[in-house]
Amino acid sequence: MNVVTPPAALTPKDFTSDQEVRWCPGCGDYAILKSVRATLAELGVEPRNTVFVSGIGCAARFPYYMETYGFHTIHGRAPAIATGLKIANPELDIWVVSGDGDSLSIGGNHLLHVLRRDVDLQFLLFNNEIYGLTKGQYSPTSKRGTRSPSTPAGSIDNPVSAASFALGCGSRFVARSIDTLQKHMPTVLKRAHQHRGASFVEIFQNCIVYNDGTFNRFTERDIAADNQIDVVHGEPLIFGADRNKGLRVRPGSLALEVVTLGENGIGMDDILVHDETDRILATMLVAMDPPEFPVAIGVIYCNPAESSYIDHMRTVPAARDSSQGKGDINALLRKGHTWTVG
Amino acid sequence: MAVTAEEFAEEASRSVLESVVIRFAGDSGDGMQLTGNQFTLATALAGNDLATFPDFPAEIRAPVGTTFGVSAFQINFGAGGISTSGDTLDVLVAMNPAALKVNVADVHAGGLIIVDTGSFSQRNLDKAGYSANPLTDGSLAKYKILEVDMSRLTRESVKDLGISAKEALRCKNMWALGLIYWMYGRKRKPTVDWLTTKFRKLPTIAEANIAALNAGHAFGETAEMPAEVTAYTIPPANIAPGLYRTVTGAESIAWGLTAGAHLANLEMVFCSYPITPASSVLHNLANMKQYGVVTFQAEDEIAAACSAIGASYGGSLGVTSSSGPGVALKTEAIGLAISVELPLVVVNSQRAGPSTGLPTKTEQSDLYQAVYGRNADSPVAVLACRSPGDCFDTAIEAVRLATKYMTPVILLTDGYLANASEPWRIPDFDSYTPFPAKFREDPEGFHPYLRDPETLGRVWVKPGTPGLEHRVGGIEKSYDSGHISYDAPNHQKMTDVRAAKIAGIANDIPLQAPEQGDETGRIAVVGWGSTFGPISRAVSNLRAEGESVSHIHLRHICPFARNLGDLLKGFDMILVPEMNNGQLVTILRSEFLVPAEGLNKVTGQPFKIAEIEEAIRARLENRS
Repeated sequence: MNVVTPPAALTPKDFTSDQEVRWCPGCGDYAILKSVRATLAELGVEPRNTVFVSGIGCAARFPYYMETYGFHTIHGRAPAIATGLKIANPELDIWVVSGDGDSLSIGGNHLLHVLRRDVDLQFLLFNNEIYGLTKGQYSPTSKRGTRSPSTPAGSIDNPVSAASFALGCGSRFVARSIDTLQKHMPTVLKRAHQHRGASFVEIFQNCIVYNDGTFNRFTERDIAADNQIDVVHGEPLIFGADRNKGLRVRPGSLALEVVTLGENGIGMDDILVHDETDRILATMLVAMDPPEFPVAIGVIYCNPAESSYIDHMRTVPAARDSSQGKGDINALLRKGHTWTVG
Repeated sequence: MAVTAEEFAEEASRSVLESVVIRFAGDSGDGMQLTGNQFTLATALAGNDLATFPDFPAEIRAPVGTTFGVSAFQINFGAGGISTSGDTLDVLVAMNPAALKVNVADVHAGGLIIVDTGSFSQRNLDKAGYSANPLTDGSLAKYKILEVDMSRLTRESVKDLGISAKEALRCKNMWALGLIYWMYGRKRKPTVDWLTTKFRKLPTIAEANIAALNAGHAFGETAEMPAEVTAYTIPPANIAPGLYRTVTGAESIAWGLTAGAHLANLEMVFCSYPITPASSVLHNLANMKQYGVVTFQAEDEIAAACSAIGASYGGSLGVTSSSGPGVALKTEAIGLAISVELPLVVVNSQRAGPSTGLPTKTEQSDLYQAVYGRNADSPVAVLACRSPGDCFDTAIEAVRLATKYMTPVILLTDGYLANASEPWRIPDFDSYTPFPAKFREDPEGFHPYLRDPETLGRVWVKPGTPGLEHRVGGIEKSYDSGHISYDAPNHQKMTDVRAAKIAGIANDIPLQAPEQGDETGRIAVVGWGSTFGPISRAVSNLRAEGESVSHIHLRHICPFARNLGDLLKGFDMILVPEMNNGQLVTILRSEFLVPAEGLNKVTGQPFKIAEIEEAIRARLENRS
């Protein structure tokens, strides 16, 4: 009798290509790369079936560093290329890696459509609020007033909120994490992978060269606990170093407010419980920003569709199948009015 | 339901004609395209050869009665070989004053104009910009005019059916068609069958249309006609035996791409964004999933090209289709496909003008765009279709080259070909030689830029294949490993190999032979694309007079057939008629240093035979 040896468990090393990683020392991308490799190993996915697709930018170098299939494409167009790839082979597990410029400026249109079509893939948006590869110009997520080589007097554009945009596009999975959160990020990535449909994950990523510390207001070690809230489905929305702050709906309004447990008679019953299927709650959570509110991370919205876009696209309607030939080109050419000469 | 009376013997003897050019013209809501298509079918079934030219406005429904809302359908049919939709009109059917005004200049002196007098109200004359009624002011003296109140006769023919006046008037095009059927001895049954099917759910409307068709026909049989309006017979053409259908270029491209994918043993993923006149290719494919065709209406032209590239990366045949302005947007993506060396077919249904130009009019002015229109040294293969039927085989050739050489192929067609129809001898698909795509599966010695030493095409790997995980991208890559490389000599080598790959296709395509005439002579008329018809007829007319003229028509434009330079050098003069400002002519001059000269027409309308004939004649006379 043959003894089947179970395949050895994969390690992050199995997802590491032989290419030298060429990001700036200290770049947040290293931490994300490490997290993604660890997640794939833990998930036990097959490298042969995994494809990383990217556009242009620092983040877009990502596929070269993964020992999977990879396609480094052109500015902003990764979602479109990934959609074609998924149509051609629905079995592939596709990860799109993109930056804030790539996916919200030049590729904003494609991001919109991959999300509203709900193509089954994971879309990772590394947001560092700056253009890195083109040397530090302001990006669509940069705060108003950002001084950069192209905006020496400060930018006058209002920034776009990536997660709000995703929800507005009809995304059915919106999550967030932070480059430095090595325990948190894999939990989010696993949920994204598990979700059938387009999973949108915004990862706050520090650009050490052109925009160092832009997220310090909620990532600095000493203030992080009071300025982040990790949302978990079914759990109360509480946060803070002392776990005594919470979110509730401000009475008489459609807005959230931060309250302190034990103050003014506030108890656990007053605190909102996170419901990841609630789009309106998600819309309010992604809009929160310090100092008034903590930044929401974790799986903010997850509400899968019943059936897949690609399945619909590839299904031959039964009525058509019976009325026309079964793939016979000779029959196709002879459909309709024909006549014989001679 | 009304019945047709095909069995009635033709009591009057019919005059025999060799060929006829008719144009139906009316308001864009009058159903002129539909009328023309029905006449085309009836004519094909009668055994005539034919060519059509639908010409419609860019406005979907321009204000009724205006000149810019005029829609027309022209057909040339006859007993001989018909290669164009015809130069001047023998018959113009004008459904209103605007249609008369726009089209009258194309009728030859002595030609017949049939007008619906019911539509010649003062209001309609004003809308068309007539200061006096042309039917009474003598301005049409050089034509034969048949004035019929089609509006009234149509209403009368359907008055028992209880339909509204508006619905009744909409049958007017069928009344006109019935009259023309009588004039040319066409059978009504196919049209009756078609109407019955089309209005299956509205039987009264079907009946009204059939009644109007029969009434128009009966009018021809019984009414007192002017002496010169009579019934004609056009003998069947001497057409090669076989099974035939009518086909438009858009249908034929769609089927050719599908057939090519079958021969390559691939599924086709067709990605497109709507644009006139390319959309009809998407429409034809959208209902063909059972033939291994998935269509994707992308969010824009760029996404259409990119998703097609993604599909090819995944191991399908990626195809994208557009017109010039849309292809401009795809340019960067085509460059990516060149760099990563993936198959991609880009169909360009050319239209007139830069920017939006004249979307519904035809032109051949995207040749430079196809051959040169990208950043950097980025060669692709370029093919051109010459006729609606030829689109089928040229599309198959595009698929063959794209998959064999791992390259984008640009397939040029145009608005005229896309919409025009001709009888097509349906080929036996079993007689085509398959060219199954090969996918690399062996990890031994693999790298993604390994090349076939003969074609220089790189290996094609389907993601999902174990052991062949690799990365590709638009950054320059090492010739040896496919890894990113900024090495200077390597970039030279990669640029050279990409060029050599496309140039090498010349060894895989037929030598160029003249369509007509000898391989040497006084003048070669060189064309590409939809000018095939008028060039062909102009050359045959002159050859019949004994002139030393040859017609050379190019399907492969990049690369050219390897004997093309030598062939051209065998002629004293080279004339290149093009519907552009001189694009192929400059390429031929730069490539072969031959004294080619252009004959250029950029009016949005196809060449007339006479225009080309005259140009050739002028050159022959100058040098004699």
